[in-house]
Amino acid sequence: MSTVEAGPTGNGYVGQAIRRKEDPPLITGKGRYTDDIVLPGQLWAAIIRSPEAHARIVSIDKSAAEARDDVRIVLTGEDMTDLQAPLPMAWVPPGVEIKTPEHWPLARGKVCHVGDAVAVVVADDKYAAVDAAEDVIVEYDPLPAVVDVEEAMKDGSPLVHEQFGTNITHEWGLGSEDVEEALAAADVVVERRVVNHRTAGAAIEPRAVAADYRAGQLTLYTATQIPHLVRLQLAGCLGIAEEHFRVVAPDVGGGFGSKLNVYGEECLMAYLSRRLETPVRWTATRSEDMQAAVHGRDQVDYARMGMKRDGTIVALHAKLIADLGAYQQLLTPFIPSFGAFVMSGCYKIPSVRTDIVGVFTNKFPTDAIRGAGRPEATHLIEVMVDQAAAELGLDPVEVRRKNFIPKEDFPADVAPGVTYDSGDYHGSLDRLLGTLDYEGFRAEQARAREEGRYLGIGFSTYMEICGLAPSRAVGPSGVGIQAGFWESAVVRVHPSGGATVWTGTSPHGQGHDTGFAQIVADRIGSTPEQVEVIHGDTDRGPFGMGTYGSRSLAVGGESVARAALKVADKAKKIAAHLLEAAPDDIELRDGRYQVKGSPDKGLTLADISLAAYVPENIPDGMEPGLDETNFYDPENFVFPFGAHAAIVEVDAETGKVDLKRYVCVDDCGPAINPMLIDGQVHGGIVHGVAQAMYEQVVYDDTGQLVTGTFVDYALPTAAEMPTFETDRTETPSPVNSMGVKGVGEAGTIAASPTIVNAVTDALRPLGVNHIDMPVTPLRVWQAIEAAQGRGSGPRASEQGVPEGGAQ
Amino acid sequence: MSSTVGVRISVNGEVREHEVEPRLLLVHYLRDRLGLTGTHVGCDTTNCGACTVHLNGEAVKSCTVFAVQADGAEVTTIEGMADGAELHPLQEAFWKNHGLQCGYCTPGMIMAAADLLQRNPDPSESEVRHGLEGNLCRCTGYQNIVRAVMEAAHSPQRTTVGPPPPEKPEAREEVGKGVGA
Repeated sequence: MSTVEAGPTGNGYVGQAIRRKEDPPLITGKGRYTDDIVLPGQLWAAIIRSPEAHARIVSIDKSAAEARDDVRIVLTGEDMTDLQAPLPMAWVPPGVEIKTPEHWPLARGKVCHVGDAVAVVVADDKYAAVDAAEDVIVEYDPLPAVVDVEEAMKDGSPLVHEQFGTNITHEWGLGSEDVEEALAAADVVVERRVVNHRTAGAAIEPRAVAADYRAGQLTLYTATQIPHLVRLQLAGCLGIAEEHFRVVAPDVGGGFGSKLNVYGEECLMAYLSRRLETPVRWTATRSEDMQAAVHGRDQVDYARMGMKRDGTIVALHAKLIADLGAYQQLLTPFIPSFGAFVMSGCYKIPSVRTDIVGVFTNKFPTDAIRGAGRPEATHLIEVMVDQAAAELGLDPVEVRRKNFIPKEDFPADVAPGVTYDSGDYHGSLDRLLGTLDYEGFRAEQARAREEGRYLGIGFSTYMEICGLAPSRAVGPSGVGIQAGFWESAVVRVHPSGGATVWTGTSPHGQGHDTGFAQIVADRIGSTPEQVEVIHGDTDRGPFGMGTYGSRSLAVGGESVARAALKVADKAKKIAAHLLEAAPDDIELRDGRYQVKGSPDKGLTLADISLAAYVPENIPDGMEPGLDETNFYDPENFVFPFGAHAAIVEVDAETGKVDLKRYVCVDDCGPAINPMLIDGQVHGGIVHGVAQAMYEQVVYDDTGQLVTGTFVDYALPTAAEMPTFETDRTETPSPVNSMGVKGVGEAGTIAASPTIVNAVTDALRPLGVNHIDMPVTPLRVWQAIEAAQGRGSGPRASEQGVPEGGAQ
Repeated sequence: MSSTVGVRISVNGEVREHEVEPRLLLVHYLRDRLGLTGTHVGCDTTNCGACTVHLNGEAVKSCTVFAVQADGAEVTTIEGMADGAELHPLQEAFWKNHGLQCGYCTPGMIMAAADLLQRNPDPSESEVRHGLEGNLCRCTGYQNIVRAVMEAAHSPQRTTVGPPPPEKPEAREEVGKGVGA
């Protein structure tokens, strides 16, 4: 692992692969996840969910459940009409109306997807709650369901919400107005229909909520990525003032976007606890989590890419049909639009336009799953570039090089309102090729083909937009999200010299406790061991926006760094006063505040903090204490990038894809802790590879969820994955003082087209020029059969083929 | 209300006795009755392995074992792996190699890895990958988990899986007969 230059003032902890501070409790079984928290007098809730995809609720008979001795209450949607507001949806783009049905924690009158919550039972223990839930009798009058997104757009389709008269929720576009003219002027237009299928977040910790209302104060423990936003939104739903409402995200067992939401169960547990005046809790079964935690992706994309014969891309039009499911969750309709901002990828394309149609279906809502719109856009452009190269008889690497935005063009205005801050796309691709031996591979591939073996190589050169976000760009009068996107930090040095840091971000595995401690230690002259990082509790630190969109370091970390520098600045003034020197002559070196040129004259942070809290001798007019707050709203997003390549072998007899090698070069700017970066890259790649090869949320034609457990939803295991060869370049972002960007989603954004391009490359000699994910053995075999004129089954790009993939 | 049966189980070297419903899962017994919340539930269907513990020295998924089936047995959970302040070599290796992120799968992963190393003290990387097939991780991509297990296998201080085995407790009921009593 490499180390980089130390932080601006300190001990050089930044850049080191320091072991995580968060690990000792987690490796010894002493973690504290929501389901681990025991509250005195707690009751357990079980939720009755719809087995129908679309139906009117005729009646709900609660009597048998209510008659049980161990049941405290049974409620339906009609029993909760005193809620102040439905569940929130936060995107109101200027000039665009988005059809948004009222969405309540328990359905009122009809259900719109399998798993829609209909009633809740609260009992004395968790087994009793499940028993009692079985005694609630719900009579449904089934309605026709619509599952296929393109069917849902047609006249005469069943309507998910009759009051709108259509399933189309909205249309939204971004980019050039002249794209049709530009396509008409191209030598060649490559057209593809690319399906980006539905996936699950599948954090290993299912969602869990425990509400504790007592004496007018509500505390909600919840497995969330956004505790402050949950409080703000639920305060409105419940009619509870924020100052009487505390939300705690304790240890959270993975999120990946599935916990970046405001869920009905959070509202429901809070409501029940207030009503019963005792703690009420619920932990999802895996089956509930598959039915009722937001899904990701689910687009049918139509792309047209205009090329010159020499491989120059002249135009790109993308029409994204987004299957939003049955309701609008927090950011459901926005997600495909996020992709529009990176539809050009790494390429300088004179005319690019994205048009998006959002559509209701009788499925659970989609929302932000790792990458959130950017994996879909990246998949589309990267698959299109490869296929255009193939159609023109050109090398996919050369076509990429020819169209890259050159290094000297940065900062580059790419889409309306989007300026890529930095980039060196040739640099990361060159470094990747240096590791890969591309020519050697092509020779091996040719030899293998002679033996009837099909090897393929796939590339993805990606960039992404992250570090959410400049509030003016993304907020109500910009893109239209009803929030600011700054971040907050407090750095408090205690009288004895140790420090506590509060961040408004809310990690769930990323390693903020360690990385942020490194940042602060360098800036205030301390050590990571003496810096504790606190997060995920609305009562313990200032309001913050949470962890998602690869924002924590570039926005939250920068805020922490700025608060730490304010502390250091004050510490220098106190040191100068005590050492009888000018503040400008004090430097922080080796953990001491020293007079420049006189290293024998210096003070430790503990010396200075004691003086700050026992303020007998601090500069006149200075406030006591050593405790600083920062609110940081970035000027721009940050734009990580990189180059990934995969080598696969496809068994043409069985369709099985063997991932033999995966090599990547990522650039997220200077490393704070390279070990944490590698971990994020590994996990991110597997998430993308898994979508490409194994995972798929499948609803059948009647709207039944076929993949309701991990028996059916194929998460990859260690046995399917190779050891990844990771590498980095470091191009600093000009947007923040540390030059850092994000890395949590990069691997996921890059990986799916890498795999699909490799499989397509392997299969071209067999006549296959396109295949949709997941590239399961069945689908690959069908694609080969179809290309060889033997196909009798569904075509390779058909959606919803219920097939397992892994193992 | 269901009837209950008595169980006597040695958990991390300490004999525990409780009256339990016959349908109570071992994982819920450990978590809710004993407060040993290091053992997690991730899937309910024996796929993810977050609930892995050792039953008489072998890894089992405690979401698929009834507490009454453990009557008279020895159970080791993640809380029983460290020897006082000294971490088990696998715990040390997971920490050193960044073998965890959110930590939710980690206890089960460590228990499964301990079982693997007991059966195969010198595994190849491929054997480690296949040996951990029953445990899912969504964060790490498995790479650093595999590295940690490989390193622990060759750790000089590696000894046994858990603390020294205690006396086996006498079953309160005849083992296995408690179900349906």
